[in-house]
Amino acid sequence: MSVELIKPGVNFDFIGNRRWAFLFSGILIAASLVSVIAHKGLNLGVDFQGGSLIQARFASQSADPESVRATLSDAGLRVSSVQDYGEGGEREYLINIQNLEGTGDQALSSLAIAALKAAFGEDGVEIRRQEMVGPRVGADLRQKALYAVYYSVLIIIIYISGRFEQKWGTSLAFSAILLGIIYVVSLFGVGVGTLIITALIVTCITCYFMRFSFALGGIIALMHDVIITTGVFSFLNKEITLSFVAAILTIIGYSLNDSIIVFDRIRENRSRNRRGNYPEIINRSINETLSRTILTSGTTLFALLSLYFLGGPVNQDFALALTIGIAIGTFSSIFIASPILLLWESKAGPAPDAGTTKAGAKAGSAKAGAGPPKPEADSAKA
Amino acid sequence: MIQNLTWRGVLLVLVLGAGFYSALPSFLPPKDKDSSFLRALLPDRTISLGLDLKGGISLTMEVDMEAALRNSARRSADTLRRSVSDEKLAGVTVENEDSLDILVRYPDPAARQAVLDLLDKSYYGLEVKNDAEGVLTVVQTSEEASDVRSLTGRQALETIRNRVDMFGVAEPDIRPQGEDRILIQLPGFDDPARAVELIGRTAVLEFKLVDDGPKTAEEAQRTGAPPGTQVYQEKITDPATGAESFVPILLRKQTLMTGDTLTDARAYVGDFGDPRVSIRFDGRGAREFGDITDRYINRRLAIVLDDIVYSAPVIEARIPDGEAYIRGSFTMEEARLLSVVLRAGALPAPVSVIEERTVGPSLGEDSIRQGLQAGGLGLLLILVFLLYYYRWSGMVADLALLMNFPIVLGALAALGATLTLPGIFGLVLTLAMAVDANILIFERIREETRRDRPPLAAVSGGFGRAFWTIFDANITTVLAAMVLYQFGSGPIRGFAVTLIIGILSSMFTGVFASRFVFDLALTRLRPKRISI
Repeated sequence: MSVELIKPGVNFDFIGNRRWAFLFSGILIAASLVSVIAHKGLNLGVDFQGGSLIQARFASQSADPESVRATLSDAGLRVSSVQDYGEGGEREYLINIQNLEGTGDQALSSLAIAALKAAFGEDGVEIRRQEMVGPRVGADLRQKALYAVYYSVLIIIIYISGRFEQKWGTSLAFSAILLGIIYVVSLFGVGVGTLIITALIVTCITCYFMRFSFALGGIIALMHDVIITTGVFSFLNKEITLSFVAAILTIIGYSLNDSIIVFDRIRENRSRNRRGNYPEIINRSINETLSRTILTSGTTLFALLSLYFLGGPVNQDFALALTIGIAIGTFSSIFIASPILLLWESKAGPAPDAGTTKAGAKAGSAKAGAGPPKPEADSAKA
Repeated sequence: MIQNLTWRGVLLVLVLGAGFYSALPSFLPPKDKDSSFLRALLPDRTISLGLDLKGGISLTMEVDMEAALRNSARRSADTLRRSVSDEKLAGVTVENEDSLDILVRYPDPAARQAVLDLLDKSYYGLEVKNDAEGVLTVVQTSEEASDVRSLTGRQALETIRNRVDMFGVAEPDIRPQGEDRILIQLPGFDDPARAVELIGRTAVLEFKLVDDGPKTAEEAQRTGAPPGTQVYQEKITDPATGAESFVPILLRKQTLMTGDTLTDARAYVGDFGDPRVSIRFDGRGAREFGDITDRYINRRLAIVLDDIVYSAPVIEARIPDGEAYIRGSFTMEEARLLSVVLRAGALPAPVSVIEERTVGPSLGEDSIRQGLQAGGLGLLLILVFLLYYYRWSGMVADLALLMNFPIVLGALAALGATLTLPGIFGLVLTLAMAVDANILIFERIREETRRDRPPLAAVSGGFGRAFWTIFDANITTVLAAMVLYQFGSGPIRGFAVTLIIGILSSMFTGVFASRFVFDLALTRLRPKRISI
């Protein structure tokens, strides 16, 4: 017999319980936002804020974070953090130094290294890594990162609307218009952060009115994943670095990958069974792909956890971001992405091509009657 | 599908063979160390390790284009001034005080017209910005400015290349980034301060006279320098303690000579054991230098490098052979660096470091070890899990997974890609996600089997149905990775590249290769049911 994680006949009522899932996600998102606000914005690393970073290993046992910090402060440097990077009892720290107004950025790390060597001995300090990012570069990278996230969203809208709803033309035109508007607005010197967030919201609203249902499901799921991952990072007071952005973009790809596999099953089941009611088809599709969803996330998490625990401190945060993102992404592909397809059902009746003309569809989705064992009877009763 | 089994096998072997062929050189010693016949058959391209794994410095320098434009405005003003005096335009003055604007003052309308006619000859690249009573404000045309920018960028790049080559760094990578930025990667170099000294120094060498008027430098510093003079700082090193200090020195503003005609610069140890840099001028420079030393005999000549006075010796005799030395306060290492910088020539404009990343060699080694250990364990867990969960079919999936190694590494080598630490992570992650294709297919085959399909039909159905799902799902990840590549720099790009190659390769192994193994096994062994 084969090993089965999820038994074939299983039919969890995901759609019926979607309100609970939405509530849960809503709380997580709210908590994320509260955490970001409470921490007065994200803890941007050297990459985005500018500043210097020194990873140093000390021979002396007396080198603890406090003494390192004190040494540098005495040298007139503004130390924003000293993180322990040592493994197996090594005295190794990652030191973040803020840019000072008016000093050459380059001089900063030389100053810091000189101060450390003076305090802990010329041979007592090994500089393992040293980075300096000027304030302008930091701002550039910040912009680029935000644009990167947004562009990937637009490309994804075009692809999903095209592949799943044959709306290649409309979605292309729609994206082109959005890009044009963003370009024009950016000429007026609006902050990129505000610009991109507004653009994302506008994009979602437009998707809703244009009935890009699959695209909207995918995008909301991935925004959900990105917000919560960022929220957890903010809650843990972890730094937002370039690798975090790489992790976020990977999460976007993964989250979508996950959602699309369910969407694909929904599309298949719907074309095979045009009479069935939509909520039930969606619920069945989620259940049919459930074992794959969990298995794939599982194998990916195997690799990620191993990277997290063995991959060394330099990339621990990267592995952590991916782990959180993929865990959340698995949840969202089950509980968020697909239920969004029903948005149009409950408000304006069935989607035009859903093939359900029965009035029951409305009641069915409202009461979310797709649960086992007899979904039809359930919705009929409602 | 079953019929072309042979051809599919041939294709699979070809792809894997090409992968091995291309990947192999990356694991062998470089070609120049191994001249055997077999090695000569293998390709040259290898996977290079990124700076984060190999150790080294990555610097982004920004060329101060404003300064370049100001310099160019000053030169234009000089040319214009000469023309004005050549044309004998009485009362017309040309002023440029370290800004982009050139002010041309004229006494009467006729002179104004003469100046405009002069400008109309257009080869100055100047145009009138503002036309007020008695004064014209002239600026460089936008074409001229953009020429200056691109020329300055190219010259800076060339000079930096020369300096790095002369200093002797192995495999440096120096490339422009946009018009005013230059990215410099120096593998195996781990002293950023020295690198900046080498690359970032403008290295403008000037010879100026020390002013011997009544005012001392201290007075001039307090009350303002007399016209035609300027206060500079002289670098003094205490020979006993080695402590550096700066004292003011009053120089004539006029530059007698620059380092333009320098042909050679060498570091050597002087008579008192102090490191010096000898310099030698070409024929024209030597004549010029001879004239200057003749004319200003017994006066002090200051050697000014990047606005710092290194020494100001008294000229004791005419120096006819165009040879001189710079004595100052430097260590032997500094003297060597300075000689390289002088030989390679001055930068056309000041540059500044705007981004710097240095990874020491020990950290790089640790990163490789940790990356491989962690990745290896993660993959091992996945292999074992697949075997446990899907039995014999799991074996097929494992096989497909392992096939990714030669393909991905071969592709990376063929592209001459750089493997970074995030790249290793990307690879592990892709392989972990690559399993997805097989999981999707196997779950489909299980579904088919439950409907009592015979093995061949179940396999064919499973693969057929899963294909487009796999395709759609992977394409979106590839799209996101492409945006990542577009946005990223250095290590992040490495991550994006491995992600894209990994996804494409895993689609090939997951769909095509594992299907081949299934079909082969099913037609040869003819099992009653599939172990899945």
